[in-house]
Amino acid sequence: MSDRNAQPGSPDKEPASEDQAGRTALGNTERAEAATTPGEPGPRPTLGRLFLENLWAANTFTVTLLSLVLAMVVGAILMIISDPEVLATYGYITARPSDAINASWTLVSEAYANLFKGSVFDPAATTVNAALSPISETLTYTAPLVFTGLSVALAFRGGLFNIGAQGQATMGVILAALAGFLLPLPPGLHLLVAVLAGALGGAIWGFVPGILKARTGAHEVINTIMLNYIAVYFLTWLIVQNGVQDPTRTDAISRPVDASAQLPRLFGDGLRAHAGIILAVLATWAVAWLLNRSTLGFELRAVGANPDAARTAGISVTRTYVLIMVFAGALAGLGGSQMVLGTTAAALTPLVVAQIGFDGILVALLGRVKPWGVALAALLFGALQAGGNRMQSYSGISLELVTVLQALIVIFIAAPALVKAIFQLRAARTARLQTSLAKGW
Amino acid sequence: MSTTAVPDVAVAAVAEGFWTRNRKVGLVLLALGLLATVLFGALATGEQARFTLSEDAAGAALEVNGTVGAIVFGLIVLAAGGALLAGLPKRWFVPVLAAGLVAFVLSFLCWQVSAAPTGQNFMPLVNIVRGTFLLALPLIFGSLAGVLCERSGVVNVAIEGQLLMGAFSGALFGSISGSVWVGLVAAAIGGSLISLLLAVFSIRYLVDQVVMGIVLNLLAVGITGFLYERLMQTDAARYNSAPRFSNWEIPLLSDIPLLGPALFRGNIFLYLALLLVLVIHIALFRTRWGLRTRSVGEHPTAADTLGVRVLGLRYRNVVMAGAVAGIGGASYTLALFSFTKNMIGGKGFIALAALIFGRWSPTGALLAALFFGFADQLATYLGAINSVIPGQFLAMLPYLATILAVAGLVGRVRAPAADGKPYIKG
Repeated sequence: MSDRNAQPGSPDKEPASEDQAGRTALGNTERAEAATTPGEPGPRPTLGRLFLENLWAANTFTVTLLSLVLAMVVGAILMIISDPEVLATYGYITARPSDAINASWTLVSEAYANLFKGSVFDPAATTVNAALSPISETLTYTAPLVFTGLSVALAFRGGLFNIGAQGQATMGVILAALAGFLLPLPPGLHLLVAVLAGALGGAIWGFVPGILKARTGAHEVINTIMLNYIAVYFLTWLIVQNGVQDPTRTDAISRPVDASAQLPRLFGDGLRAHAGIILAVLATWAVAWLLNRSTLGFELRAVGANPDAARTAGISVTRTYVLIMVFAGALAGLGGSQMVLGTTAAALTPLVVAQIGFDGILVALLGRVKPWGVALAALLFGALQAGGNRMQSYSGISLELVTVLQALIVIFIAAPALVKAIFQLRAARTARLQTSLAKGW
Repeated sequence: MSTTAVPDVAVAAVAEGFWTRNRKVGLVLLALGLLATVLFGALATGEQARFTLSEDAAGAALEVNGTVGAIVFGLIVLAAGGALLAGLPKRWFVPVLAAGLVAFVLSFLCWQVSAAPTGQNFMPLVNIVRGTFLLALPLIFGSLAGVLCERSGVVNVAIEGQLLMGAFSGALFGSISGSVWVGLVAAAIGGSLISLLLAVFSIRYLVDQVVMGIVLNLLAVGITGFLYERLMQTDAARYNSAPRFSNWEIPLLSDIPLLGPALFRGNIFLYLALLLVLVIHIALFRTRWGLRTRSVGEHPTAADTLGVRVLGLRYRNVVMAGAVAGIGGASYTLALFSFTKNMIGGKGFIALAALIFGRWSPTGALLAALFFGFADQLATYLGAINSVIPGQFLAMLPYLATILAVAGLVGRVRAPAADGKPYIKG
């Protein structure tokens, strides 16, 4: 753990450089301000002053940014302790500390530079395609995460914890793929039907825990966990059935989805970004509208805030629970459908949905269960994923590090009190940060 | 669990009038019995279905004609269903239901064994029982970890991560030190590290416990996967070749037919698991610690008033649970396989299912784990005899059973009242 002191803040190539500049500056202003204004309403602060004050308070933005920084610091430590060559330099750190610091710095900075180049922009790119490629990769990974994140967030707002986005995405991918290679339909219609089939699959899988919760009170956390696995086993069984399995293959892979059912690419054939990201933005807008502007959204939030009060006010809690889960399932199913209709894969395999359902839970929490927040969080996770691929191939840092980073970010976000204590943030004036949601079982 | 939160929802769950729960279950049993008698009876062949008491076709065996067996056991299921439907007294519910389900499984087996390819019309019961226990091992450890946590009021969804971390650190430190015992201790510590994170964040920082569990699972997958690629894959001889516990044969007991070879020729983990079930059961229901743990899980405010240190007890129990799960993870890497990425593969969630299905009690968890282990083993066996029943559907069984249990169709399950609720001393 000595490396934390050895190189303060070194791992964070891009966010920290500006953040650190801000930190020193802020440390000063904060101290100055604390000395001059001991509480009484002084002269009206300027806009810039207000901005600076809030920047170092425990508000959503600052905590999110600092969580990212903390996660990257831990990631850097993991990289260093798992690299025998760099670790060897720490054996004689008292004799020549520069060796250890240089070796660590090179390792960590290169890895995080690759993370950036793989997800945002590579300065060495010469062609237009190469320059767009990182963004295209990021958007490809982002699109399904937006849907699963929205699915989890929507359920949260209604007071339900949907751990089943993984299973719902699995059922979505199954129905979307089946519609994609079994139905002989004309191009435009085929895509539409396949996408809707995906939504239907997810909706069915969301309906089950919804109706069980409404009818018997069975806790949705338990049921959705169980349904996740049932869906996976169903998928592995289905793939090897006649008519589904690719007749030219002996391993577990289905026939590929017809070209007429695939989402069009956005930047030409060389890049993977597809129309799924446009659907994702539309879905975000739709969920935001549903939550904040529609009657159902109002009922949903009322039930989420206090089911007893909602019932007293004449809202049918059972009906709302079922609807929430159906909508959440449909969203997750749409996310799943992109895994075969997009450019990630064209056929069903046992691992076709990857982790998008579980990642969706993290995305929803990171996005503070608000639709546009979820979209941004999905963008961050998509970028980490895309950059992680480059980090793996160029720096030899396993892609698993991205999983670690993602989990850590959410841990820190979920415990703002910890981040606040580490960085000595002042209490925020607004925004209650605690994302307290479900109530156990 | 379930019902208390939403009153208008709960009304629907209480069966009233003629259709009591007994009668509904009876109806289901009748349908199963009909299925067994007609379908299994028709599909079974006239071959003798042999259930041998050894590891192969030889030796003493229970034999029955396939068709006859399938039909007779099917009729038993029908009888059990009819009895429940006729309105048997409540105390008979569990034994009759159990008899009906066992008969259903036997009818199914008569069909499967008799319809197996020629020469394979036998089921080696020793293998089945041994496999059941072997596959149930991580589930037993995992669900015991769940019992320890949840009885004191902390939801443990991180069992998967605890098992994985235990398996990983067991393999890593076992390999480096060359000692199984060091590996075992390291596994316990690895599991409790994940647990400690769960405890600190859910007790100190009041993070939602289910959220924390899910995130910790991902964290464990990430960290072990990362270090596996960096260390174990590059130098497996040094970092991933842990010594393994050998099997210990218990004299006399190991000569008992059927159970002897299956139960008393196992490795330390098997004995440890059974011992832990016993110890935790006694400790939970017969000691002061157990009473306090249960009171903290049911009504922490009352416990606090009486002078129990709620948070301290929760910390202690959660960390202990991690150690138990960590040892469960080591039952892979210090006895069977070398570590691979994500090697627990969802067993932690089946353990969670076993915990719920076993109604948050150590013995219930053991039975549920064995049932799930049996389903798993049966899937392997059916795969070996080229059965028409896909193994995937048997693999779904634990999850389906849990959903049915939680929905109140088979008995009622209820979590400790304060499970998942952070306690704020006030």
